[in-house]
Amino acid sequence: MATKSLKARQDALADINKQLNILENGIFAEGELPYFRDKIAEAGHFPLRPQKLEILQINVGYMCNQVCEHCHVDAGPDRKEIMTRETMTQCLDVIRKTGAHTLDLTGGAPEMNPDFRWFVEEAAKAGIMDFIVRSNLTIIRANKKYYDLPHFFKKHNIHVVSSMPHYTRGKTDKQRGDGVFDKSIKALQELNAVGYGQAGGNLKLDLVYNPSGAFLPGDQAALEQDFKKALMTDFGIAFHNLFAITNLPISRFLDYLIASENYEDYMYALVDAFNPAAVASVMCTNTLSVSWDGWLYDCDFNQMLGLKNASPVKHIKEYQEDILQDRDIIISQHCYGCTAGAGSSCQGTVA
Amino acid sequence: MANSYYDPADLRKFGKITEWSEELGSKFFEYYGKVFEEGALSAREKSLIALAVAHVVKCPYCIDAYTKDGLERGITREEMMEAVHAGAAIESGATLVHAVQMMNKHDKLSM
Repeated sequence: MATKSLKARQDALADINKQLNILENGIFAEGELPYFRDKIAEAGHFPLRPQKLEILQINVGYMCNQVCEHCHVDAGPDRKEIMTRETMTQCLDVIRKTGAHTLDLTGGAPEMNPDFRWFVEEAAKAGIMDFIVRSNLTIIRANKKYYDLPHFFKKHNIHVVSSMPHYTRGKTDKQRGDGVFDKSIKALQELNAVGYGQAGGNLKLDLVYNPSGAFLPGDQAALEQDFKKALMTDFGIAFHNLFAITNLPISRFLDYLIASENYEDYMYALVDAFNPAAVASVMCTNTLSVSWDGWLYDCDFNQMLGLKNASPVKHIKEYQEDILQDRDIIISQHCYGCTAGAGSSCQGTVA
Repeated sequence: MANSYYDPADLRKFGKITEWSEELGSKFFEYYGKVFEEGALSAREKSLIALAVAHVVKCPYCIDAYTKDGLERGITREEMMEAVHAGAAIESGATLVHAVQMMNKHDKLSM
């Protein structure tokens, strides 16, 4: 299990050009597999264009207390990219005027941004309908200063979305590090204790499942049922929905695929599972992604690949929703990850 | 031609068998798909049965396919191994139960 990010290890794949090069060449350039643009053109979806903006996803920094093997952000304790209060202020201006109904804070561990609480308090005042914080759970148990997070989330009616790769200790710790399972269980119990995740309750607690290896997620509903049964029976834990998210072949997951000689088979699996019905509602069509330094992207994955959105509005400080919405979405072969099977987004399946 | 009888990449080409016999191939895949749908048994249970049978019939393609299928369904490695043992126990039982025939024959031929 790595303890440092690709960036800190000075791994060749920390260079995003190297990642893009792999995605553009090899089996795709050789014609063994079709390019994503050709595949969506066949389905009548090229160029991919935004529909109504629903979700504003803000990445408040790449610092994290964990170094998960599959992380597409290459997050970790050594990452120093943290959103400043100045950029947060620019984001707040946008949050107040956006047509999006959902605000989605992510990271890294968003809670590690020193201005996280201030930002949440200010953003909550904007009265956005659904306010999500993507919490990795262990952060709640990482340090005393985070122990009251469940109460803080509750106070601001935050919708908590948490990663939980499996309901067994072995599979969870293998992907996310030793001890992650026990800490996550404790954090979930604490969230439950303040009222999160209860059937019919308003305090929403959803879990995110990522496969812990070179395979695609199975049926989301079946997995949700298995998770619910096991977590309730073994630990008395309740939650609302399980989002099954496909790992996209970028960053640390791409590094893993190549090192384990699974890259080609994985790309075949993604292409074989291409679902035209998923293209129509893929998340870049209803989401905008803001990076820690305020740049605007079609999605969090494009952000990690440094692919800034194609409209003239590049930065949050010059935000103009109508101009942004009139753009072509930037794609590459990693996009197959969002169109495989029932589709994949930060909100789970799409088709 | 490959230099070995089994090539992992051939599994992806399984669907091509339909090209040489459209009707039989299509009927087989239709049947196959139907078998593994949720029914009186869950798709998860059927996946574990398939994994056990894959070992008993010693099909490397099926072992690859149903190990991956199990992972996708969140099936744990302990469950997978127990399923393989269930298959192995039946297979060795099938061998050993023939020992009764041996014993019968032995006793019949012996004074």
